[in-house]
Amino acid sequence: MDWSMLQQYGPSLLKGFANTIVCWALGTVFGMALGLVIALIQRYAPRWVTWIIQVYIEVIRGTPFLVQLFVLYYGGPLIGLRLDALPAGLLGLTIYGSPYFAEIFRSGFRAVPDGQIEAARAIGMAEGHIVRRILLPLGLVSALPALVNFSIILTKETVILSIITVPELLYQVQRMSAETFRYVEANLVLALFFWGLVETISRVGHRLEARITKHLIERT
Amino acid sequence: MLAASSVEMRKVNKFYGKFQALKDVDLSILPGKVTCLIGPSGSGKSTLLRCINFLEEYDSGEVRIDGQLIGYEAPNKKMSGRKLREMRRSIGMVFQQFNLWPHMTAKENVAEGLIRVRRMSKADAERRAVEALAKVGLADKMANHPSRLSGGQQQRVAIARAIAMEPRLMLFDEPTSALDPELVGEVLSVMRTLAGEGMTMVVVTHEMGFAAHVADQVGFMEKGELVGVDSPDRILHHPQDARIQSFLRTYHERNSF
Ligand SMILES: Nc1ncnc2c1ncn2[C@@H]1O[C@H](COP(=O)(O)OP(=O)(O)OP(=O)(O)O)[C@@H](O)[C@H]1O
Ligand SMILES: [Mg+2]
Repeated sequence: MDWSMLQQYGPSLLKGFANTIVCWALGTVFGMALGLVIALIQRYAPRWVTWIIQVYIEVIRGTPFLVQLFVLYYGGPLIGLRLDALPAGLLGLTIYGSPYFAEIFRSGFRAVPDGQIEAARAIGMAEGHIVRRILLPLGLVSALPALVNFSIILTKETVILSIITVPELLYQVQRMSAETFRYVEANLVLALFFWGLVETISRVGHRLEARITKHLIERT
Repeated sequence: MLAASSVEMRKVNKFYGKFQALKDVDLSILPGKVTCLIGPSGSGKSTLLRCINFLEEYDSGEVRIDGQLIGYEAPNKKMSGRKLREMRRSIGMVFQQFNLWPHMTAKENVAEGLIRVRRMSKADAERRAVEALAKVGLADKMANHPSRLSGGQQQRVAIARAIAMEPRLMLFDEPTSALDPELVGEVLSVMRTLAGEGMTMVVVTHEMGFAAHVADQVGFMEKGELVGVDSPDRILHHPQDARIQSFLRTYHERNSF
């Protein structure tokens, strides 16, 4: 193996990695936010609204991210939605992740015992307060492991953004290997960066989990 | 003396699909009186109790608190959420499973309703919460989360959470049924104190001793019907109805050895 090309390509690889992290972080945050809104609507909206949303969920979950991205980036201009690669990629990630996050939140909410919601209703608490003070905090706790897990899956979906020319890590790695023919080294670099990212996320996730469930675990 | 509410139920019916869980239930509760509801499992005791604060929506009939209809403005016209919440403020409820909020300390559990519903400042709410916890004998546990409390302590926190709101009526749904036998007494004694202060109470229970000594009237339910409502002595010691006799016979057999 020959690592001498790292001298030349190091900076662009780092820049690519930074882009990957930004795409992943923003895509995750926006996707979670949209997913949360969807889950709340699913819980409180009238039947016909939840039915429409269910169709959205099925369509997004039933199609590959690659296809969604193509439709958005190359089909978007046909309906006047002209986006640069990066914003298109972020929007794509947000949309792609939202139904999965919505389902995760939904099952998190379902894990909150009815009795604890009823106890709040019984003292006359308004629904908005019930959501903010009881449903969300408790639902998030049970949703957290699945949220972290899906965020990790999303890290790997970011590489698909290279197809619409977002200069993220895979894009840079491919450029480097095309110019140097060092495919093995290039892919090792790619693997190493992702391994580091995933490892970090899962560690942070575990620590977060341990902290917020501290009080919820029954003493034995 | 507390201000206490009256409860009037008239021909209350409740269906779950085709299944009728309450059949023409009539029940009058005078202010400051304790009513115990007994009866076999599945007879509709919880359903009846939950109709009083409209956690369960009855289908026909009337439930009135201090003369005011709860849940409906008129037959078939639901009450607004705001109005219902206002009425619920003065009705406390205690559940079999305690239903404390596990992410809050004992003090926070009690203060939450005061802050969100009564719109008290955090400082005032906490002061009131500490008082309520002291009243149920848990002043020293106020910083504990529910996971760090025994079942009996959790249920007393739940009672404190209810009484801190200064209710005029308290509903108890088998408050001691989930407790180990040695923890039942501490909860019943808090309830006895509350009854002594003149709180109107409706208590679903299998604690016949509590019913016999504390209740002003005992109601017996079977298959959705309130079969009899009378003094504890006449229901528990000299029942006329064959169904009550048979229920009590089973009860005594199970509890003697
Ligand atoms: N949400 C529901 N949907 C359908 N049926 C229900 C529902 N809730 C209660 N029931 C039925 O209504 C009947 C009365 O139930 P309820 O809980 O009031 O009984 P209970 O007297 O409190 O019994 P227990 O002593 O076991 O608590 C039961 O037959 C029960 O199966
Ligand atoms: Mg019951």
